[in-house]
Amino acid sequence: MGRFVIRRLLQSGVVLLGVTLVVFLLLQLVPGDPVRVALGTRFDPQTYEALRARAGLDRPLVVQYLSYVGNALTGDLGVSFRSGRPVTSIVLERLPATLSLAVTAVVFATLVAFPLGVLSALRSGSPLDHAARVFSQFGVSVPDFWMGIMFILLFAGVLGWLPPSGYVALTDDPLGWASHVVLPAVTVGLVTASILTRFIRSAVLEVLSEDYVRTAEAKGLRTRVVVLRHVLRNALIPVVTVVAVQLASLLGGVIVIEVLFAWPGVGRLTYDAVQARDYPVLQGAVLLVAALFLLINLLVDVLYARLDPRITVR
Amino acid sequence: MSDPPVLSVEDLTVTIGTRRGPARAVAGVDWSVRAGETLALVGESGSGKSMSVLAATGLAPRAARVAGRVHLLGTELTALSPDRRRRMRGRHVGFVFQDPMTSLNPVLTVGRQIGEAAEEHLGLTRRAARDRAVELLDLVGIPSAAGRVDAYPHQLSGGMRQRVVIAMALVCEPDLLIADEPTTALDVTTQAQIVELVADLQRRLGTAVVWITHDLGVVAGTADAVAVMYGGRIVEQGPVDAVFARPAHPYTVALLAARPEPGAGGGDLATIPGSPPSPLDLPAGCAFWPRCPVRGDARCAHELPPLVPVSVDHHARTFYRPPREDA
Repeated sequence: MGRFVIRRLLQSGVVLLGVTLVVFLLLQLVPGDPVRVALGTRFDPQTYEALRARAGLDRPLVVQYLSYVGNALTGDLGVSFRSGRPVTSIVLERLPATLSLAVTAVVFATLVAFPLGVLSALRSGSPLDHAARVFSQFGVSVPDFWMGIMFILLFAGVLGWLPPSGYVALTDDPLGWASHVVLPAVTVGLVTASILTRFIRSAVLEVLSEDYVRTAEAKGLRTRVVVLRHVLRNALIPVVTVVAVQLASLLGGVIVIEVLFAWPGVGRLTYDAVQARDYPVLQGAVLLVAALFLLINLLVDVLYARLDPRITVR
Repeated sequence: MSDPPVLSVEDLTVTIGTRRGPARAVAGVDWSVRAGETLALVGESGSGKSMSVLAATGLAPRAARVAGRVHLLGTELTALSPDRRRRMRGRHVGFVFQDPMTSLNPVLTVGRQIGEAAEEHLGLTRRAARDRAVELLDLVGIPSAAGRVDAYPHQLSGGMRQRVVIAMALVCEPDLLIADEPTTALDVTTQAQIVELVADLQRRLGTAVVWITHDLGVVAGTADAVAVMYGGRIVEQGPVDAVFARPAHPYTVALLAARPEPGAGGGDLATIPGSPPSPLDLPAGCAFWPRCPVRGDARCAHELPPLVPVSVDHHARTFYRPPREDA
């Protein structure tokens, strides 16, 4: 197990290196000159050249890339073109907001999707099943930003129960954080819940038709035991992956939702960095997201080996 | 001595609702099995042999409608609530299914899977159930049982797994063991071992056995009585010796002729041309008529032949009367 984790971490390093290369090259293709954007109306040729030189943008691409990777290894992701602050701290200080939103959204989604998906499979064809399917169809088809706007109008506007937008750190004021996180988390979580409900439903249906479920029924076990011990234990193994992938993709920041709810997370940061052509920040954000993805995948693989005795990690 | 049957099935009918209309999988079947006796249900895939047993014990799929009377140890099962039927089944009937790989839960240890029925029906604690599982693994001939009780199914060979399934079926010392083609997924040597194991356990425990199979070789070696099914009906039933010596129904005759004979050389095996009827569209008369090589009576095509006695305890559903060899 230990060797497996170490090997996977080394592999992840190689993947991250690839990510830096792709991001670096893609940014070269993006039209728009960051120094020009930074100067705006105060543009004059001398300042322009001086700034380019200070940011190292006058050097050959290969040199720029290698020095970026070399610095990244020491935790230095460069400085923001816009604010001049270190990218590493800019990105890391956005992480708690995104993390708390993503985790809340996934917890909410799981709490909704789990009972809904399981019951819908166990009573397939029943009114409950139809309702669950309509719900998940609705959730995946309705754009999340529109749903977010509707929620703001209803719960913040008409009813006035919740703040329309903004962020309070969980560590500063847990209640304030909670009241602010509800709307964005539910908006994002409903989409996730829809995807999960569908997936859980079909996973449970698949296991229900397995021979070993008939064996369990033949033994005369109570329905509750058959469902919990035989059906769910097997059906939930693949669900773990889907939950994890959903979480990973939300950790990348839900750009539209973070912008809509003025939530200062990684998604919002990415959006602002693109607007400002702030390449170092953009690269840093992408790198962070990729690293989180790899980390979660590693955790899922380790978890799999615990859940399914047929899988051993070496 | 005339014990009451362990399981008896009377006029059992199973209709399954499908998109293309109702399918009559089992159409009025009667059979019974006594303690220590082995009844073989023989037929091709789709003949209704498995479905009749599953339906009798309350394991038919949800879409199936079951009618008829089923008595397990004198109790009418069809009159019971699903919960009481579940308890009767678990306590008194053990099942061995076709493929031990798929009929075992891959994420539970074999000991747990053997023991859980004992926890449920005999009130054993989890620890006692595990000890019982070790005993059972030993009984079904698994070497170093104490070391295997915590193994997962994928860590055992096919033959071992089927032994585990048999141990699972026997954990509550059932009065009836239902073996649904338990050797089909195994290689030939293992098949013989499993057949021998079940026969041996039956002798020692006095269990009644219903053996569902399409392998007439197994029937000849192990069964006392045989019921041949075709198109959802029993077409011939009786003591094994009588049915094998003097098969009365053309289908049984053809089945017996299709057996490979040891030492008969490498010629082609005899086959029965055509395929079994769809349960969605059964012929009006004898279900075997479209494939029948005899068609010995004008009524065969449109009139259902009754089950008539051929000799003592030996019945066949056919208008055809074979010439008696000894006459």
